[in-house]
Amino acid sequence: MTRPKPEDDEYWNSSKFSAFTFDDEDDEFTKMKESKRAVNSMLVDDDDDDDDVEKVSWSGEPIGSISWSVKETASSIRSSGEQSFPKIDITPSLPKQGSGYSLSSLFKGKQSKQFQSFSESFTDTSVRAYAPELRKPKSECKDYMSDWSPEETVRRMRKGKVFSLERFRSLQEKLLLLDEAVSENDGNVITAVLIYLKKSLSKEILFRELMLREIALRHYVHYLKEMGEQKLLVELMKALGRTDDMALMQYKEHLNIKDEGQRRDFLKNCLSLPFSQDDAIHVQDHYTLLERQIIIEANDKRGDAEIFKKFPRKASILNMPIITTLYYSCFYHYGESDGTFSSPANIRKTFRISEKQYILTALGARAKLKSWFDVDSLFNTKNWLGYTKKRSPIGFHRVVDILQKNNAPVQVLQEYMNLIDDPELKLSLAQKYKCHDIVIDTYRDLKDRQQLIVYRGKVERGSKEDKKIEELLCNMQIRWKN
Amino acid sequence: MAHTGRRDAPELPDFSLLKRLARDQLIYLLEQLPGKKDLFIDADLMSLLDRIANVTTLKQHEVDKLYKVELKPIVSTSDQLCFLIRPRIQTVKWIADIVNSDKASGRFRRYKIIFTPQKFYACETVLEEQGVYGDVTTDEWAFYLLPLDDDIISLELPEFFRDNFLEGDQRWVTTAGSALRLVYSLYGPFSKVYGIGRCAKMVYESWRDQVEDGEQKARQPEIGNVFLIDRDVDFVTPLCSQVVYEGLVDDIFRIKCGSVEFGPEVTSSDKSLKVMVNSQDKVFNEIRNEHFSNVFGFLSQKARNLQTAYDKRRGMDIQQMKTFVSEELKGLKQEHRLLSLHIGASECIMKKKTKQDFQELLKTEHSLLEGFEVRECISFIEEHINRQISMIDSLRLLCLLSITENGLLPKDYRSLKAQYLQSYGIEHLLTFANLKQIGLLVEQQPGETLTVMESKVGKLVNDKTAGKLTDAFSSLAKKSNFRALSKRLVLIPKSGEEYDLRVPRDMAYIFSGAYIPLSCKLIEQVLERDGWTGLEEVTRMLNGHEFAVTGGTNGTEARIKTDPQRIILVMFLGGCTYSEISALRFLGREKGYKFIVLTTAITNSARLLEALLDNHA
Repeated sequence: MTRPKPEDDEYWNSSKFSAFTFDDEDDEFTKMKESKRAVNSMLVDDDDDDDDVEKVSWSGEPIGSISWSVKETASSIRSSGEQSFPKIDITPSLPKQGSGYSLSSLFKGKQSKQFQSFSESFTDTSVRAYAPELRKPKSECKDYMSDWSPEETVRRMRKGKVFSLERFRSLQEKLLLLDEAVSENDGNVITAVLIYLKKSLSKEILFRELMLREIALRHYVHYLKEMGEQKLLVELMKALGRTDDMALMQYKEHLNIKDEGQRRDFLKNCLSLPFSQDDAIHVQDHYTLLERQIIIEANDKRGDAEIFKKFPRKASILNMPIITTLYYSCFYHYGESDGTFSSPANIRKTFRISEKQYILTALGARAKLKSWFDVDSLFNTKNWLGYTKKRSPIGFHRVVDILQKNNAPVQVLQEYMNLIDDPELKLSLAQKYKCHDIVIDTYRDLKDRQQLIVYRGKVERGSKEDKKIEELLCNMQIRWKN
Repeated sequence: MAHTGRRDAPELPDFSLLKRLARDQLIYLLEQLPGKKDLFIDADLMSLLDRIANVTTLKQHEVDKLYKVELKPIVSTSDQLCFLIRPRIQTVKWIADIVNSDKASGRFRRYKIIFTPQKFYACETVLEEQGVYGDVTTDEWAFYLLPLDDDIISLELPEFFRDNFLEGDQRWVTTAGSALRLVYSLYGPFSKVYGIGRCAKMVYESWRDQVEDGEQKARQPEIGNVFLIDRDVDFVTPLCSQVVYEGLVDDIFRIKCGSVEFGPEVTSSDKSLKVMVNSQDKVFNEIRNEHFSNVFGFLSQKARNLQTAYDKRRGMDIQQMKTFVSEELKGLKQEHRLLSLHIGASECIMKKKTKQDFQELLKTEHSLLEGFEVRECISFIEEHINRQISMIDSLRLLCLLSITENGLLPKDYRSLKAQYLQSYGIEHLLTFANLKQIGLLVEQQPGETLTVMESKVGKLVNDKTAGKLTDAFSSLAKKSNFRALSKRLVLIPKSGEEYDLRVPRDMAYIFSGAYIPLSCKLIEQVLERDGWTGLEEVTRMLNGHEFAVTGGTNGTEARIKTDPQRIILVMFLGGCTYSEISALRFLGREKGYKFIVLTTAITNSARLLEALLDNHA
């Protein structure tokens, strides 16, 4: 190991915060080397067995491997250190014993325990051959292992010490272990126990028990999500009777499908899932939308029509939201008959788009194309006498706003601005967008001479507007209020 | 600026030590892997690493090439690969794939994963399952705390929020406990710990456990009291538009690990510029806590002063000029540079905010907070959605509506959800499910439904599990009670009164005088009362989980109000906003406290909601 640089040394040695020096670790490191030697020599006898059956602890570390021994060395050093100062412990009988065992006895216990379980499960035929050697270690091991109660095991897991979950074999023990982990609030340990339960319990049993343990359940669900175990997750939701969640979880899968055809087919299959009533409608929409988009895309990709040459498409319409699709259709397919899938009218009807939403979208699209005629006809209604009148489900101030954002000319802006009922709103918009005529007319209608005089200062001297104000101010017919 | 407040505020402890600790630990870990090695770093650890070390440090410890973890096949030719990552299953799977493909092609390398701040059993299980346990060695870099400023420390764990509050995964509880433990052992012992929230309670327990196991040397405490608070105690505050300078900069440019990248529109050149925004920046330090409406005035005053200082040169003789150049010019130039940067940023903020009709947006937010003209607010939100303006802002307004109104009427919920899906994509069905789960956007429930269900299920199981179920249901049944809380704690100052933002009279100034942040108000009240006495009704409406205990194992120091007693560490579990930090700074100035904010990450409305989106693979 490379020593830290001198200045680092100086810092560490002078530091008052001894808790963070690495000196202890250095000790551990040398001790680890020693124990590595010790371990290697100890293992010689067992070599044959090592080849036959791999002895691994739960976490997968081969028993007696270097990494295992490092952990064990480290923890035994730490636990002996702990004795030097008093502490309040939840399980007072346990901590002393942990360090009472020598390193070698630990190995012995561990190994024989492993040995035992393997012999029990795999070697029925050769029990006789093993039996004599097994008898003694078995009892020894039992004494030792029984000290690792659920509490002690969870405590060791939380501290990152070596532990073994194999001894928790009965359902009751497993559940005690799980409940202990949950009561200690450590998500990392809860998940570790769940992984063990997943491996050692049938899923029916596990699901049944999780149903009564919300906290553990949520950890399990999150773990499965992260592991990408979609199938099991769906089964779990089904077993729990959480059908809405199950349906959504399956629906989510569509996001992983790149090919639009496959995605469409997948969505079609989703239609039969038990969504809540409202969500079912949305998923149906999703399928219909993508189906339409695929048809529209196939036609428009070629870009034969004049409009595509004039305004080339920036992106494909696939997987765009409904409103974006409507905008697209108002932009490229305006005026098509209701019968075609790409017509605005058809999209509006299929997806039950409100009048307000439709007008907003169509207005944006037609204004972008500077089709003022189309904009006009959006708002034109005929009354019973045959007069046309402008009517809008959205405020005309909003209409002006949208027109202005699409660089509409002043005449168009003014026409719509005049339709705003509220004079104050009209004034503020007119001033914002510099529609002088409207400002002047509004002040005239309000008979506000003072404001008109003020406003005169804002228009160019000698301009058309200036003259208009001049005329008004000289007009004796008007009864000014101030 | 205009702030007066008490002058006797105590000094803050020195947190730069935390950086040195982290750096030395990292170096130690790198030295554990002697020889040349390539280092792969998780993308979200890069900025973090930048704050405590640089490439030279890494090179000095035989790091050959540096790569960003991208979860794609790698091109490294090195014989040793080292991975510095957050403990995430996906990343570990990717590493296992690398090892296995090396094995398949007969290539021999050494691999080491350094998890930070800790490893998880689930990650190690992946190594085991993929058959590479043992081929890959693992280690932990216990880098818990990054000081972002004199009074802000961050765990830089944005995923804490989603994992804990949405998924219900408590994996970070111990991490937060360890972080607190670290602060405790360096700057403690604490005398009192207050808290509210389920997670806060667990973190407190974890910290207490760890302290009992360890040793605390008797030392002079530098931090007296601690306040732990869960983010879900107050969702309203982070969902409001920020209008204090630092918060605005974060909302618009996104401050990352204490640094921000200003684009060409700010720097008025063709280059972007990355700058640190903290108390070292003298200009920033003076405007960070100011309401935006004051910032322009301040900056132009500053610019005039600068001009005067420059003008001094006129009429100087050679000697005077020499002193000027050597003593003042450098400082002036530095200030000049910072000034033009913040003026540029302010202009850019103005432009963006005018474009999005910020005034109207704020009006709606304030109406929602007050519960005034709610129908008008709903039609504003509707139109916002219809016009496909910012997807996140629409969601933010919907959530604010839901929390302030204790849920939406079923008819409104259905209609607004349908319109949202039409405008921003049907896959947001998943987002809505998440928002419902976490309680941010819900339908109003007819009163009894939940209690009935609770007792029904309760009969099926024994008492112990019934208790747990109640716990689970309480998160479902969780009502925000915002209106009642707001009344009780007087969060909304009386309308009609003129609020001078130049001379703030309370913490409401951070929201233009419209609302005192609930989180900060709770802190103020608890500190004032030295506990929760008298706040019983408030805690009941917040679903309980409040506590106030005497911390440490070795008894309290004498109960005099010493300086450290007035230094208060506030730990936000699930993130806190810059606006909240500004509010706490204000409170500190008023009451003679100093607040240190310890947070799992800095958040704002966009980050909070983005963490809950599920509209992508």
